[in-house]
Amino acid sequence: MIATLPPAESWLERFPLLVRDWITGHLPESLGWLAVSLLAIVVILAAFGLLFAYLTLAERKILGRIQNRPGPNRTGWFGLLQPFADGIKAVTKEDVVPREADAVLHFLAPVLLVAMSLLGLAVIPFGRHLLAANLEAGVLYFFAAGAATELAVFMAGWASHNKYSLLAAMRALAQLISYELPLLLSVVPVVMLAGSLSTTHIVDAQGGWTFGWIPHWHVLTPWGFAGFVMFMIAALAESNRSPFDLPEAESELIAGHLTEYSGFKYALFFMAEYFGMCGLSAMAVTLFLGGWQAPCAFLEFIPSYVWFTAKLLTLLLGFIWIRATLPRLRMDQLTRLAWKFLVPLTLLNLANAAFWSLSAGWSGPMHWVRWAIALTVVVGPFLLLGRALTAGVAPRTYRYA
Amino acid sequence: MQDLSPGGAHVRAVHDEFHGDLLEVSMGPHHPSTHGVFRMVVTLDGERIVKLKPVFGYLHRNHEKLGEGTSYLGSMPYTDRLDYLCSMTNNWAYAVAVEKLAGLTVPERAEYVRVILAELTRLLNHTCLAGFLMQDCGCSGTPLMYAFREREKILDLFESLSGSRMMCNYQRFGGCRVDPPADWLARAQTLVDGYTAFLDEFEALLTGNEIVMARTQGVGCMSAALAVSAGVTGPALRATGVAHDLRKVDGYGVYPRFNFRVPLGAHGDVYDRYMIRVLEMRESVGILQQALAGLPGGPIMNPAAKLRGFRPKAGEAYGRIEGPKGEIGFYLISDGSPNPWRYRVRPPSFINLTILEDMCLGHTVADAVIILGSVDIVLGEVDR
Repeated sequence: MIATLPPAESWLERFPLLVRDWITGHLPESLGWLAVSLLAIVVILAAFGLLFAYLTLAERKILGRIQNRPGPNRTGWFGLLQPFADGIKAVTKEDVVPREADAVLHFLAPVLLVAMSLLGLAVIPFGRHLLAANLEAGVLYFFAAGAATELAVFMAGWASHNKYSLLAAMRALAQLISYELPLLLSVVPVVMLAGSLSTTHIVDAQGGWTFGWIPHWHVLTPWGFAGFVMFMIAALAESNRSPFDLPEAESELIAGHLTEYSGFKYALFFMAEYFGMCGLSAMAVTLFLGGWQAPCAFLEFIPSYVWFTAKLLTLLLGFIWIRATLPRLRMDQLTRLAWKFLVPLTLLNLANAAFWSLSAGWSGPMHWVRWAIALTVVVGPFLLLGRALTAGVAPRTYRYA
Repeated sequence: MQDLSPGGAHVRAVHDEFHGDLLEVSMGPHHPSTHGVFRMVVTLDGERIVKLKPVFGYLHRNHEKLGEGTSYLGSMPYTDRLDYLCSMTNNWAYAVAVEKLAGLTVPERAEYVRVILAELTRLLNHTCLAGFLMQDCGCSGTPLMYAFREREKILDLFESLSGSRMMCNYQRFGGCRVDPPADWLARAQTLVDGYTAFLDEFEALLTGNEIVMARTQGVGCMSAALAVSAGVTGPALRATGVAHDLRKVDGYGVYPRFNFRVPLGAHGDVYDRYMIRVLEMRESVGILQQALAGLPGGPIMNPAAKLRGFRPKAGEAYGRIEGPKGEIGFYLISDGSPNPWRYRVRPPSFINLTILEDMCLGHTVADAVIILGSVDIVLGEVDR
């Protein structure tokens, strides 16, 4: 299954390495590792800072187009300077801290949130040669950092000394406890089959193509597809995005945990939400969509980081599209979805992945039997549990007087 | 399913189990989902509502007292401000009351034009309400924007006919202010022809959506007995299954000439209230088609009607019509002077709002917001 590397990498593929060597090459050996680390930090901050800026614009533009309106188009050509105008506005606005608020926690919450959402990005292989920290337990590290973000949301809600914020904090905790489990459980099969917690190994395990055009991505197996979908649902909830944006439900809790935040702190929350979204999407790309691998053999001449970016942006577009389409769930429905639907399905998916691994040697007609069994284990419980989940709600017919 | 009835077993069980503190939250008057300056003082047990006190009056502007100091015609523009989404039907209800008081008849063409405008108002109001309700459910603006696109077309029609988009001030005692020209009628016809397609699109997105159904079905149930005893009217009443539509009951204007049906709900929950409005819009499109096709010629005003020096003889009258939100009525007592001696409004929003607590108890904050949204209130009418 391990991909055979193409014999000679193009200079485009090695471009990040060339730049790194050019910058750090003339430094003494003892400082080299420090420079490389700092460089990685700067690149991630700059790249995701810019992505955040333009993702906000893209979200507003796309939401606008979906809703029959143009979106921001006054600042700069096609509204391209809008993120910078927003940034300047956020920085220059007054930072209001409620008198009764716990000032330290109130300040710390957004900082912690941004820091924690950035940490996860260190272990994502953005390209063949683009990885900040190659940890042996990269996946574990990523989710540990991610779990801390919801605590920051709780901190913000608690410290604000506002009833809406408090309600939001309660919701955030319930959501954290409910969705951490399916998120992690949907990842376990990947770790199991790749046999490693290292993101690099997981991407390598998805290399290669059948017939040169069917990639070996996890998403193209029954268990991988189910895992991917459940991972994305849990990721939506983890990043507090619609339809799971309960902690900041605008129509119910005004702005939830953000109610008492203004100016730059508010912008930090906003930034953290997008970093979290990017981080989880990048993780989904790494775990299920083959990371930086090209979809077909003959498309390999396109650099790996381009492929990664394309997949990442596709997932982010999905996030935005879902936000424009779906209404919000209620708290009890949210937790019910997690415990009665996602958790059982992810557990079953674990068994399914085990079966897939054990039956890897089946060939000939047994190959089709393998697919049939694996698909049944995915689709059957999905339909059964889905029916149980939506029991009691159905379209109605109406009579006329 | 849990027992979510007011004061039901679930609420008591939670109390007995945890003995937690209750949290009192004042939602409003500047809350994004209270549809104006309305306040709900909710007492929460976790997120469950154990008590809800509606507080209003922030938009009180002495409407009824002003009516006593103003001439009959002078009150007409004030009625626009009651329910600023439905100025055409407010105007009509007031005109009906004054015409009853003065014994004025209305030419046939004006009756048709009134029906056309009232049904357009119904489309406008119900479309906006569906959009706002979905916004309250947490849709990030998409249904609302779709609804507002259609609203814009109707407002354009109102603007070109009356000169104002929302404060139309169009009806007069004994007819209408101006005669709609032929091109206006053609534009109205185009809008009506396209409306069913819009409703289909809107429903395709929302009506069968599992999240919408899960959020709205079984939430905010109102029993038919409660609705009737509280005087609830309009779609909220019909959602409980009570067949009471003044267009059928009173048969005012030229409504008996049109063929339309009155949709009825069975559960009286938020989903029923939403669906009844959608189905009513489809019926309204039918009425509009018939009215536009059968619009007769002739004068738009009764020549006997005097606008200046209008002094109806002493007496009293109550005029009511089926407004989009329910029964909108005006009660007038005349002492023969140019001003009414008593001017009283029966506002559907206000009376429908009185049973808000009964619908909300046992539900969560998130539900209270959509229950309020489904009642369909406009604070201009609640507070007067």
